[in-house]
Amino acid sequence: MLSIENLHVSINGTQVLKGTSLQINQGETVILFGPNGSGKTTLLYTIMGIGNYEVTEGRILFDGTDITHMPPNERAQLGIGMSMQRPPSIHGLKTRDLVRLCAGKREIDIDELARKVNLEHFLERDVNLGFSGGEIKRSELLQLMAQHPKLVLFDEPESGVDVENMALVGSMARKLLEGELAPDRTHTMLDIKQERKTSGLIITHTGHILDYITADRGHVLYNGHLCCADNPKRILDHLQKYGYKECIRCLT
Amino acid sequence: MKKPDLSHYEFSGHSAGKVEDLKRLGKAEKESMRMAGFDAEEKGTSASFVQIDHDNAFCKSYNPGVEILPLGLAMHMHEGLADYRWRLLKPEKDEYTRMAADNPHGGYVIRVKKGVRLDQPIQSCLMMHTNNVGQNVHNIVIIEEGAEAHILSGCTTTEADQSAAHIGISEFYVEKNASLTFTMVHNWGEKVDVRPRSAGQVEAGGIFQSNYISLKPVRNLQMYPSITMKGASSISRFNSVIVATEGTYMDVGNRVILDAPDTRTEIISHAIASGGHIVARGHIQANHAPSKGHLECQGLLLNKGIIQAIPELDGRAEGAELSHEAAVGKIAREELDYLMIRGLSEEEASSAIIRGFLDIDIMGLPNELQAEIQQAISETEKSML
Repeated sequence: MLSIENLHVSINGTQVLKGTSLQINQGETVILFGPNGSGKTTLLYTIMGIGNYEVTEGRILFDGTDITHMPPNERAQLGIGMSMQRPPSIHGLKTRDLVRLCAGKREIDIDELARKVNLEHFLERDVNLGFSGGEIKRSELLQLMAQHPKLVLFDEPESGVDVENMALVGSMARKLLEGELAPDRTHTMLDIKQERKTSGLIITHTGHILDYITADRGHVLYNGHLCCADNPKRILDHLQKYGYKECIRCLT
Repeated sequence: MKKPDLSHYEFSGHSAGKVEDLKRLGKAEKESMRMAGFDAEEKGTSASFVQIDHDNAFCKSYNPGVEILPLGLAMHMHEGLADYRWRLLKPEKDEYTRMAADNPHGGYVIRVKKGVRLDQPIQSCLMMHTNNVGQNVHNIVIIEEGAEAHILSGCTTTEADQSAAHIGISEFYVEKNASLTFTMVHNWGEKVDVRPRSAGQVEAGGIFQSNYISLKPVRNLQMYPSITMKGASSISRFNSVIVATEGTYMDVGNRVILDAPDTRTEIISHAIASGGHIVARGHIQANHAPSKGHLECQGLLLNKGIIQAIPELDGRAEGAELSHEAAVGKIAREELDYLMIRGLSEEEASSAIIRGFLDIDIMGLPNELQAEIQQAISETEKSML
């Protein structure tokens, strides 16, 4: 579904990604770890096509289409969605109107979706204006639910979210990635798993999101290089014990 | 400040006389009035006033709690009114005020009686109909103790390409515990010069809320209304939404004097210079404490527009809290990106941001006017992209 090949990215002449390759298949969820400044957000922004980043080498394919230089709205229309870590607020634009814009031509029940993330009282408020950390994440999830992407990019779903909100954010992120279907008489768990089409790429510092979602793989991005590919919980466990210093040894 | 040349305007000889029924006004007149927020059908109004060129054309109150009269008649009927005329403003203020004092063409006097709370707005329209006409009006608004009113004051030319000058003197008296919302909608054209001169005072416990909307071009407009918070615990709020397209020069702002303890004011303006030139001023003077004032100017530059934001805070009493915030620039890249990742094209995203920037929800306008302005904003926004 998503195929990143030898990606080199720089910002204002400084190289941030130095030959990153990554493959995400349909229905797969991948976790990206890495210290501050390692290039995690750069990678997400470059996949989405926003920010001041310049791809100097390599390419990004989505469903076989080369999207390396495509404007962000076209990438969104192909099915890539992103939850930003610190999205801007927009004066005068009501959350309800933005959610409607996110849905494009699809029919959605905005109030029903808002209830799911406990934001029904925020629909008439300006987008993100005066929202708490948890409210921002829930608003991002609401927009993504309306957008219904095939690939979800999550930039730190747990940052600024308190414990109580984390459970809601986590379970909604799970629903977004895994769908809401439960096995019944006509659908076995296997059927559902095979039908699962949404993929995810999630940046996390703390790993709290792993309490709620099941990820297939984890990677560490260190100093612009993607290293390590392992079970995300094992990587997290390792990072908690030894920090990133082992990554340096691994890379050198 | 750019000065207009008013010598070629005709400040005499355009008396149009009365209009018995507003429904019988011409289509162009009605349309331009509508764009200035005036409903010729008079649905849901407490009172209506129309001035065309040098004469009062229509004046009617539908609520016994509202007295509305053309200035001349009001001066005849009420001796006491002389105390209100030229109390807050003086003819010697400047050459425009002098002109209006020397050659008055009327204007309205609105008095909302003590304790009367109007559910429906009072609407007025000051229209310039003849090409090259110059209009001087003097309006006096008195909201008596405990009364509450919303006045919609629209100013317009009949045709968008018409040449005209408008000098409007306004004096506002908001008495004890009274509340006035004054919404001014300007619907000018590229060949119009405008000099409103306004002043007001708010007594103890009173509330003055001013809304100002100007989305159409205007050649040269300058105004700096001054409101004095005279009584303790009085509050004022000013919201303005202005757009200056190419050929437009607007020098606008609000001055508020916090002249009693526990007074508060908030001045917020959203200005877009899309090829035009805006000077956005603001001045809050605090003479007493505790008092609180906030001045805010958000400016958006498009199509080589110019915005000069000039805020001034003048604290003269310890314990006064004054603040200001100003930002002038182009549409923020990160806001565009944010909307584009949701599937909007760059143009759709810019348009949503501009529409939001010109948001008028906070003004509390009647539904129909709100819809009308929203429509005008959509049209204006298209022309800016």
